[in-house]
Amino acid sequence: MNHYPAREFCLKCLITLVLIASFIVASFAYLSLNPLALFTKQAMSDVAIYVARFFPADLSSIFLQKVWTGVLQTLAISALATLLAAIASLFLALPAAGQFGYGAKVVTRFFLNFLRSVPELVWAVLMVLAVGLGPFAGTLALALHTTGVLGRLFGETLENHPPTATQALRLAGASNAQSFIYGALPGIYSQLLSYSLYRWEMNIRMATILGFVGAGGLGQILYYELSLLHEQQASTVIMAMLILVIGVDMISNKLRRVQMHSLG
Amino acid sequence: MSRVRHLRDPDALRRFSVAVIALAILWPMMQLAQFDVFALFEVNNLKVFTNFLIQFFPPNLQTSFLALVLKATFETLAMATAGIALAMLMAIPLGLIITYSLSISRLGPASGHQIARLGRYLARMFMLLLRGIPEIVWALLLVRVFGLGPIAGVLAIAITYGGMLAKVYSEILETENTLPARALLMLGSGRINAFLYGLLPGASQELASYTIYRWECAVRASVVMGFVGAGGLGQLMDQSMKMLNGGEVSTILIVFLLLVLLADYISLIIRRQLS
Amino acid sequence: MKKIAFSFEHLSFSHSNGKEALKNLNISASAGESIAIIGSSGSGKTSLLNIIATSLRPSVGTVTVLNVDPWRISKGRLQRLRSLIGLVHQAAPIPPRQRVITAVLAGRLGQWPLWKSLLSLIYPVDIAGPHLCLQKLDLADRLFDRCDRLSGGQLQRVGVARVLYQAPQLFLADEPVSAMDPVLSDLTIQCLLEDARIRDACFVASLHAVDIALRWFPRIIGLRDGEVFFDLPAAEVSESLLQQLYASERGVLPKQGSANTSS
Repeated sequence: MNHYPAREFCLKCLITLVLIASFIVASFAYLSLNPLALFTKQAMSDVAIYVARFFPADLSSIFLQKVWTGVLQTLAISALATLLAAIASLFLALPAAGQFGYGAKVVTRFFLNFLRSVPELVWAVLMVLAVGLGPFAGTLALALHTTGVLGRLFGETLENHPPTATQALRLAGASNAQSFIYGALPGIYSQLLSYSLYRWEMNIRMATILGFVGAGGLGQILYYELSLLHEQQASTVIMAMLILVIGVDMISNKLRRVQMHSLG
Repeated sequence: MSRVRHLRDPDALRRFSVAVIALAILWPMMQLAQFDVFALFEVNNLKVFTNFLIQFFPPNLQTSFLALVLKATFETLAMATAGIALAMLMAIPLGLIITYSLSISRLGPASGHQIARLGRYLARMFMLLLRGIPEIVWALLLVRVFGLGPIAGVLAIAITYGGMLAKVYSEILETENTLPARALLMLGSGRINAFLYGLLPGASQELASYTIYRWECAVRASVVMGFVGAGGLGQLMDQSMKMLNGGEVSTILIVFLLLVLLADYISLIIRRQLS
Repeated sequence: MKKIAFSFEHLSFSHSNGKEALKNLNISASAGESIAIIGSSGSGKTSLLNIIATSLRPSVGTVTVLNVDPWRISKGRLQRLRSLIGLVHQAAPIPPRQRVITAVLAGRLGQWPLWKSLLSLIYPVDIAGPHLCLQKLDLADRLFDRCDRLSGGQLQRVGVARVLYQAPQLFLADEPVSAMDPVLSDLTIQCLLEDARIRDACFVASLHAVDIALRWFPRIIGLRDGEVFFDLPAAEVSESLLQQLYASERGVLPKQGSANTSS
């Protein structure tokens, strides 16, 4: 990727850059948004006043208890959703890898793509409609979206796995499912687990905000407090969100380093 | 062969205890998440939801509504683009602060300024704060300051993606090959010039590529932020959902999926042109 | 009139790249027979075994295995037919992290319903059976070990144990002892022959080492360039015939322990 010496002048690059720049300017114009207006004295003082309302955060034990339950609920939502998605993806990996024919593969891939393309929040809104407000809607929404992501990853992993063990079992009369479980799964199991854990980490972040549309967790508490103009309580929830996300990040980094070391 | 009869799987106990522990965690988790499968099949919910789903076909294709959707789509695209532009404006100085002295020290003997190191540390902490809070939370807060509409969305993207871009810019610059820069140093150029002309050009393609990728993500995020009042397709969908108008929601979903495909395509073309 | 284990009629097989691996074969074997297939590398031994195992489809002609044409029956019947055929691969096709007991139990998957296979993962439904099979191959102490902790020869024996556990009506073996020393090779071949004899099953093995073939198998088929060069009782296989068969190997007959250049 390095070019020695310095790169030659590239006309196409220049044209592309000019197009991008004009696109950017057009965007600001369309929104009637003058970026400089954001930095006027009036705007800055508005922001400052609003920010001041957030301090000090409400650290009373009653509210902290509520926030703690929110944290646990958020973790529960993300964990359950990832678990459901992983199980569903295990089933969908076979058709997605083409083990039931080309037609099934195309249909499955399309279905998984659809699940994946719809954002989690949109799923959450739909699920709130289906099962009512609360964390169950959030769990279902995350599970649906994550199935799309994991289903495709699982399918690709299975497809790229050498088929010798699976084929040998099929030659001995085992069914598709049996040869998958005894032949392919032991080999790809750790990769699938790794994908699932990574996805769980991202889902924790997602689960914190699904509450904005009523799907439970910290997000629901934040939305509630903000709509009542309780900025100090909101501040506590935001801090909890930050601590949760950063904490999970640190733990997973540490675990990954430990795993690297143990693999030698 | 009595020995054979007493053979037991030594691994069984471990497997069993793992299963017991897993179930012990699973049960309270399901309680916490109010996992109630029967809610799915509750008669009233089911009726409302199925009616809603039935309205999906056919999607609402009236010209007046399509015009609204088109407007909202432009708004979403504009939000994402303006947001990323501002994010870059933030990320470049931030990223440079973090990486500058590090890169300079990679090119030659370190100057070891304490201030530079402190500045780097503060910048990292600041970026963590910007990135750690999801953009939709920023949007929710900014809506209360700047009112409903795309401005809150643009700023939310600028803030979060600014932090993200800064982190990745600094990572790209830190792992870039320093050979051309060191060559310039040996020819007698100053350290700043060596950085700008030796290190930066090699990394520019990766920097641009990542930025375009983030633009794609911003398009998706802009739609999502609409649900908290930041305008665009999201706000339109939120309104249609609140009215339980399945036909409109169906149209908007289709347009959204097409928009995502379009953004993907544009990003591919631009990245190919820049290489 | 003994039952026919398998038969080829005017059978030819070409690989997808056009190379003709088997030319106009007309062979048959009855239940209870033990046959060794020998020939130099590339003579088509593996393709022949794979055709009997229903893994490859003949390009021309027909194959009949256990009285059915595998390519004219439904998928379900084909699955059941395959559970009656046991193939020992040259390199045991076992996932490294799997345990020996699970690998051996997998031999009967074709005969077990899905729920039983799943149950076995939680706790092995049969420990005595695999233990017995491994005992015959002098590997019983490794019953609960992971397969990636075994040597090449040990892993090959696990592959053999799996087929023994499967208890098929037709044994096939593709160079089953290539990674084993002389003592273990003899043990393994004897084991397979004994099992086939008890069950009155046909046993076909492709072998690289000629001396093993001549020592243990009553019927020898020599393949050269995809054609049957000779199909004789072991006693009638002369030195000169073997020389002609291995003409490409520069006059050195492959024996146990010589450098293995497998097909």
